[in-house]
Amino acid sequence: MALNSKTKAVLLGPLSKNNPVIVQVLGICSALAVTSKLEPSLVMAVAVTTVMAFSNVIISLLRKTIPNRIRIIVQLVVVASLVTIVSEVLKAFSYDVNKQLSVFVGLIVTNCILMGRLEAFALGNGPWPSFLDGIGNGLGYGWILVVTGFFRELLGSGELMGYRVIPQSFYDAGYENNGLMMLAPMAVLIVACIIWVHRSKNKDLQEETN
Amino acid sequence: MNRESNGYTIIYAAVMVVIVALGLSFTHQSLLDKQIANENIDKMQQILRSLNVTAGTDEAEARYAELVTNAYLVTEDGDKVEGSEGNTPEDPAFSTELGDPSAQGLPVYEVSIEGKTVYILPMSGSGLWGAIWGYLAIEDDGSTIYGADFGHAGETPGLGAEIAQRSFGMQFEGKEVIEEGKFVSVAVVKPGQSDARRDYVDGISGGTITSQGVDKMLLNSVGMYENFLMKLNRN
Repeated sequence: MALNSKTKAVLLGPLSKNNPVIVQVLGICSALAVTSKLEPSLVMAVAVTTVMAFSNVIISLLRKTIPNRIRIIVQLVVVASLVTIVSEVLKAFSYDVNKQLSVFVGLIVTNCILMGRLEAFALGNGPWPSFLDGIGNGLGYGWILVVTGFFRELLGSGELMGYRVIPQSFYDAGYENNGLMMLAPMAVLIVACIIWVHRSKNKDLQEETN
Repeated sequence: MNRESNGYTIIYAAVMVVIVALGLSFTHQSLLDKQIANENIDKMQQILRSLNVTAGTDEAEARYAELVTNAYLVTEDGDKVEGSEGNTPEDPAFSTELGDPSAQGLPVYEVSIEGKTVYILPMSGSGLWGAIWGYLAIEDDGSTIYGADFGHAGETPGLGAEIAQRSFGMQFEGKEVIEEGKFVSVAVVKPGQSDARRDYVDGISGGTITSQGVDKMLLNSVGMYENFLMKLNRN
């Protein structure tokens, strides 16, 4: 299916100019929590993208029937059920990954980006654009996680995906892993650095100063 | 149909909840067998890791059946509970959780490896964020640790979660839990510190609460087996 310019913007916008994490500053909580290693960051990115795409489609299909007064509850129920299903499937088919992510899978429910996209997009658009919007925002969230996880694992443990990448000769020469990288405050700093680079490349996003 | 009327809202909510509940229970039921099989294999892998045997998911069951020759429950006095023997996942020793008040006894896994008889005791306790557990393999003198393995539900990755690394469990090898005829457990101390009274291993830097949790867990869980260990020790 060919993408026209509008659907393209829906899909690709969240990767940069409309990024949920670094522009809208949503979903920061989980971005700080799961990124101390690269692998959980990757799995989390995939899980959030999946849940976001499908919850967007479901809410979009139901949007003409949902009573306005309980729409947040309906959204929550849909998201929570999808997350439970993801967690059950992981437990049955990928037990090790499920063990690694442990509580974080459940915490997808509380990811602000999900509710944000359901409210802002899926309630007012058809299923196909909603699906793309979910994928786009999931990837926009995911790449920030992966970049943050990359630097935290590299500098904090000297490893990537659990494999040692910093050679022993560095340690012999007096190099040490930075334990601070394992703590959430360093994730804030790394995300801040990403925002800094991103803003300096996209001058139109810079806030006016008085 | 008026979307905003009370009747519609109530019916909508009710129907939604029923559909979701059916969907979730169906998913759970259809995946349950696989999940239980995974959990059993995971438990077997942990028991094997405490013997320093690393088995993949596909070979864990075979290795377990080969090494674990017997499993049974013991009472707090250290006596075997009648009729509790058997080393398959359906037998009471494998399915009994430590600390379950309705349990008939404490599970013990008997292993013969490298010509030695080793007893594996499960442990459970709490870390910083949630449950931690482990398996401690003790030689037939009731005191010398053959190996240990630890697991956790959700300790901080890179810090407390490091207790699940082999390097942490390996430290326990050769330590004694009985000193001068008394059960003293093994201390987990801050790296660099020591314990004059008993054997000790280094905790995790930056994972102090988790390390203290492991220390407490060793004392409490293995402590429940005190009489069992003392009997082995006296023989």
